[in-house]
Amino acid sequence: METAPADGLIAASWLLIALPLAGAAVLLLGGRRTDRWGHLLGTGTVVAAFVLGLLCTLQLDGRRLDVALFTFMSTGSLDVRAGLLFDPLSALFVLLITGVGSLIHVYSIGYMEHDPRRRRFFAYLNLFVAAMLLLVLGDNFVALYVGWEGVGLASYLLIAFWHERPSAATAAKKAFIMNRVGDVGLALAIFLMFAQLGTVSYDGVFGSIGLLAGGTVTAIGLLLLLGACGKSGQFPLQAWLPDAMEGPTPVSALIHAATMVTAGVYLIARCAPIYDATPTARTVVLAVGAVTLMIGAIAGCAQDDIKKVLAYSTVSQIGYMFLAVGLGPIGYVAGLAHLLTHGFFKAGLFLGAGSVMHAMGDQVDMRRFGGLAPHMKVTFVTFGLGYLALIGFPFLSGFYTKDAIIEAAFDRGDGWGYLLGGLAILAAGLTAFYMTRLMLMTFFGRPRWEPGVHPHESPAVMTAPMVLLAVGSVAAGFLLVVAFPLEEWLAPVFGEPEAAEHVVAPIVVSVLVTLVMLAGVVTAWLFVGRREVPVTPPVRVSPVTRAARRALYADAVNESLFMRPGQWLTRALVFVDNRGVDGAVNGLAATLGGSSSRLGRTQTGFVRSYALSMLGGAVVVAGALLAVTTG
Amino acid sequence: MTDFPWLLAMIAVPAVGAAVVAALPRGREETAKQAALGVSLVVLLLAVLATAAFDVGGERFQLTTSVPWIPDFGVDFALGVDGIALVMLLLIGVLVPVVVLASWRDEPVGRRSMRTFFAWLLLLESFMVGVFAATDVFLFYVFFEAMLVPMYFLIGSFGGPRRQYAAVKFFLYSLVGGLVMLAAVIGLYVVSANELGEGTFAFDTLRQVEIDPDVQRLLFLGFFVAFAIKAPLVPFHTWLPDSGAEAPIGGAVLLVGVLDKVGTFGFIRYCLPLFPDASRDLAPYVLVLAVAGVLYAALLAMGQSDMKRLVAYTSVAHFGFIALGIFAFTTEATTGAVLYMVNHGLSTGLLFLVVGMLIARGGSRQVGDYGGVARQAPLLAGVFLVAGLASLALPGTNSFVSEFLVLIGSFPTRPVFTVLATVGIVLAALYVLLVYQRTMHGPPRGVLLEPAPEASAPGTGSPAPVGGGGATAATATLDAPAAAPARLRVHDLTPRELAVAAPMVALVIALGVYPQPLIDLVEPAVAATMSDVGADPAGVTPEAPGGTD
Repeated sequence: METAPADGLIAASWLLIALPLAGAAVLLLGGRRTDRWGHLLGTGTVVAAFVLGLLCTLQLDGRRLDVALFTFMSTGSLDVRAGLLFDPLSALFVLLITGVGSLIHVYSIGYMEHDPRRRRFFAYLNLFVAAMLLLVLGDNFVALYVGWEGVGLASYLLIAFWHERPSAATAAKKAFIMNRVGDVGLALAIFLMFAQLGTVSYDGVFGSIGLLAGGTVTAIGLLLLLGACGKSGQFPLQAWLPDAMEGPTPVSALIHAATMVTAGVYLIARCAPIYDATPTARTVVLAVGAVTLMIGAIAGCAQDDIKKVLAYSTVSQIGYMFLAVGLGPIGYVAGLAHLLTHGFFKAGLFLGAGSVMHAMGDQVDMRRFGGLAPHMKVTFVTFGLGYLALIGFPFLSGFYTKDAIIEAAFDRGDGWGYLLGGLAILAAGLTAFYMTRLMLMTFFGRPRWEPGVHPHESPAVMTAPMVLLAVGSVAAGFLLVVAFPLEEWLAPVFGEPEAAEHVVAPIVVSVLVTLVMLAGVVTAWLFVGRREVPVTPPVRVSPVTRAARRALYADAVNESLFMRPGQWLTRALVFVDNRGVDGAVNGLAATLGGSSSRLGRTQTGFVRSYALSMLGGAVVVAGALLAVTTG
Repeated sequence: MTDFPWLLAMIAVPAVGAAVVAALPRGREETAKQAALGVSLVVLLLAVLATAAFDVGGERFQLTTSVPWIPDFGVDFALGVDGIALVMLLLIGVLVPVVVLASWRDEPVGRRSMRTFFAWLLLLESFMVGVFAATDVFLFYVFFEAMLVPMYFLIGSFGGPRRQYAAVKFFLYSLVGGLVMLAAVIGLYVVSANELGEGTFAFDTLRQVEIDPDVQRLLFLGFFVAFAIKAPLVPFHTWLPDSGAEAPIGGAVLLVGVLDKVGTFGFIRYCLPLFPDASRDLAPYVLVLAVAGVLYAALLAMGQSDMKRLVAYTSVAHFGFIALGIFAFTTEATTGAVLYMVNHGLSTGLLFLVVGMLIARGGSRQVGDYGGVARQAPLLAGVFLVAGLASLALPGTNSFVSEFLVLIGSFPTRPVFTVLATVGIVLAALYVLLVYQRTMHGPPRGVLLEPAPEASAPGTGSPAPVGGGGATAATATLDAPAAAPARLRVHDLTPRELAVAAPMVALVIALGVYPQPLIDLVEPAVAATMSDVGADPAGVTPEAPGGTD
C-alpha cells in the first residue's frame, strides 16, 4: 500500500507525542511550584492526546499517511529522518495508549494522593506515554528504537518510584538490564538492514526485503524477536516482568499490562513483511509464545501476591499474542484483537488490585485477604467482570479473542497446529484455575485480615476508571470481533480477510475451551474455595508447586548462568588489571630504573628532573634535525 | 571577519589570562576566579564566532594563520581547522568555563593557592586549543608535549591523597608516548626531505607524500603508540584510572573530556591520512584493542569501588567505541566517532562533575559510603541520572547518536567486531545502574547520614511513609533500628552547582534530539579523511543489489 503525505489534522499528529512530553518537561523542570496542579496537567495532556488521536483516527479512512518532521541524522549513505507513520495499525495503538492511559492517569490522582512525590509520578507517566507513542508512530526503525528505549527508561523510573525500597530499586535495574539484552537484538537487526539494504525506514526495508537472501531475512527476524522478547517479558527474558510489580499499581496496569509489554507484539505485527518472508523465524516466534504461555500460566497458579498472579497472567497472555502473530497472516489480527481486549481487562484487573491494596493497607498477600466482596462492591463487580473476561467466559472479551487465536492455531492444519492449539486450551484451563483461586482468596471466604485493617471502597476518582474498563472488558471482544471486525479495519495493513477454512469448527473450539475453563474453575474451588486458606503458605508441597512458586527457576538459572559468573569475572579482572597489567608496567619501569624506590625518589625532585628531561629532549631533537639536514 | 586570526586569539587570550591570574597578588583569590571565568567565557565567544566564520562547504582547512617559526627546518607556526578540529575547539570553549565554575569552592591543599590552579587551567586551555588548531606536525608535537605541564601540576599539586604517584605516572606514560612520536615526527621529516628534496612539517604537504609501506608501518606505530596511550586503549590504559581518580574534578573533566581526545583526534588527523596503507594493514589489530577495551573496561568499571576510578574506566570503554568507529573506515562510523569525542566530553564531563558534587558533600570517593541520596537531593540525583543515561547512550541523549553511528557505520565493514562491541551496551547499562542504585537508591546510609540523635524523639520514630502503595512492612524492616531514624543531612544542588550542571544537561539533550548541525559541520572533514585512506567518502554501499529506496 502506498504511503501518502499526511493532511488535515493528521499532519499535526506529532502533537500526540509533544503534548505528554511537554507535560513531563513542565512537571520535571517546574519543581515544587507545580505540585498543586501537576497531576491535573499530567492527566490533561494525555486526555488531550486521546481526543486528538480519536479525531485523527476518524479522518484516517484506511490510508497510510506519513508525517515528515526533520532530519535526525544523515551522514554518508545513512539517512535517518524523524517522521511519523499514521496508519490503521498505529491508530489502534494510539487509541489504546491514550485511552487506557487517560483512565489510569485519572485513577492515579486518587491512588497517589497521599504520596509527596505525586507530581513526579505524573511526570514519569507522561514521559512514558510520549515514548510509547513515538514507538508506535515512528516511520522508521530508529524512531522505533528511540521510543523502545524511552519506554524502558520510563519503566525503570516508575518501577523504582519508591526507590527507598531496595527491592524496588533492584527490580527496576533488572528490568532495564534484561530489556537491554533484548535491545542488542533490535539494534543488530537495524545494523543488518542498513548494511544489506542501505535504509532503516519501514517503507525502504519492507519494499526491498525480497532482495535479501533467505538466511539474512531469518537473521533479521530472529534479532527483532530477541528485542520483542525483552520488552514483552517472553521466554527467555521473562523474569523481569513479575519483579516489575514493585512499581505503584497504576504503573503495573498501564506499562506492565496494557501497553509497553505489548510492544513486542506490535513490533512483530509491524514487521509482518519480514516475517512473511521467513517461515523459520515465524516458527521460533510461535515456539517462544507457546513456551511463555505455559510458563506464565503454571507460575501464576502458585503465587500468593495478588499482583504477581496478575503479572504471570500477563506473561502468559502475551504468550498467546506471540503465538498468534507467529502463525503469520492468519494470526496477526487475532493477536492484535487479544492485545486490545487484554489491554482493557488486565488494566481493569490491576486497578482493582490497587483498590484492594488501598483498602488493605498496601497488603499484597492474598492469604491476608478474604471476604472482601461485601466491603468493596464496585471493586468486586468490576474486578469480577475483568476476571470473567480474562478466563474467557462466554460472550465476554476474552472468549472472542482467545478463541480466535486457538482456532488460528488449529488452522495451521499440521501436527504443530494441533499441539499448539492443545497447549493453548490447556493454558486456558490453568488461567481459569489461577484467576478463580485469586477471586476466591480475595473476595470470598472468611476474612484473614491483619489486625487493624478496615477495608473500604475507594473514592470515585479511582472507581470511575475501573467501571469504564469493566465495560470495555465486557464489550470489547464482541465489538472487535463481531460488530466492527478488526480484520476490516486492519485490511489496509495485512490484506483483505479471507474466508478462512477452519480445520476444527469454531463452535467445537468454543465448547472445548469453555469446558476446560469450567474445569479450571471447579478445580480452583475444590482446592481453595471449599477449604480454609492457611495464612502462611504450606511448606510441605509437591515439587510441581515448589517449582511453580519459583516460576520454574528462571531467576535461579539467570543467577547461576550469568550473574554469579559475571561477578566472579569482574572481580578477577579487577585483580588482573591492578596487579597484572599495571603491575607489569610499574615493574618494567622499576626494572629499567634499577629499583622500585627510584620512582619514589624522582617524585621529590620532579620539577628538576622534568626540566632536565625537557632539555634532554630538546638536545635529541636538535641533534636529529642536524643529522637529517646535513646527512 | 574571516581575516581575523581567530585561532591565534584563542591561544593567546587564555595564555595572557594565565599570566595575569598568576601575577595577581596573594589574597586576591576572588579576582583570580572572576578573571579566569571571564577569560574562559571570552574563549567560548571566540570559538562560537570562529564557527560562524567557518564555511562548511569550503576549503578543508580554514581560519588559517601561518608564520615561519624555524625556517631552517621548515617549521611554521601554522594554524587552521577543519570541521573535526573546530568542534573540539567548541567543546573546549564550553568545558573550561564550566570547570572554572565547578572549581569555585575547591580548597587547595597545603600552601597552594587557587590563583595558581586557575592560572594552570587557563594555560592548559591555551595549549589544548593549540594542539587541535596546529596544521604543522612539529607545532602539533610541541603543543602535545606542552599540554602535559599544566596537567601535571593540576594533578600533582591540587589532586587527591595519591596525587604525586598519579601525576608522575601520567607524566611518564605521556612522555614515553611523546618520545616515540617524536621519533616518528622526525622520521616523517626525513621521508619528506627524501621525497620532496626539502623537508617539511606542513600537514597538507605531507599528506600528499607517497611513503613506502614498510616505512609507513614504522611511522604509523610511532604515532599510534603515543595516541593509544593518550586516548587510552587497553593495555595502555592503567594510568588513566589513577590520574582520573586523583586529579581535582575540574582537571579530571578536562583530562578525560579533552586531553585524551587528542589521541583519537590524532588517529583521524595523522594516522589515517599520512599512513593510509599502514592504517589499512594494521586496522584489525587496532580493532582488537578497541573491542577488547569496550568489554574489558566495562567489566572493570563494574568492579570499582571508587567512583572516580569507575568513571575513568567507563571512559576507557568509550574510547574503545571511538577507535572502533575510526578504524572501520566508513564515513558513517567516523562521523560517529567524531561526534562521540564531543559527546563523551559532555556526558562524562557531566558525570565527573556530579560525582564531584557528591564527593564534596560526603568527603569520600567510595561508592559504598553513600546510599539513598535521591530522597534528600532529587536534583543531584536527577543530574546524576542524566549523566549516567548519557553514558549508557540512551536515545534522547547525545551519546546515543554517536554510539549508534559508530556501530551502524562499523557493522557493514567489520560485523564481528561490531557485534562484540554492541554487547558492550548491556555492560554499560550495568555499570551505570549499579552505581546509581548503590548511591542514590535504597534507605539512607553512609557518610551523609546524620549521627544518631541521643534520644529518639517520640513521633519521629516511624519512618516517613513511602507512598500510597508502598509496602509498609518492607520499610519497617529496612529501618530496623527504628529507634534512631536514619536521616541524611545532604543539601540539594546550590545555585552555583545548578549553573554548572544546567548547560551540560541542556547540551546533552539538545545534541541528542537534533544532532544534524554537528554532523553537517564534521562530515566534510570526515569524507576527506576517508578519501585519504582509500575508503568511499559517500559512505557504505548496501550489499543487496538495488537496495536503496
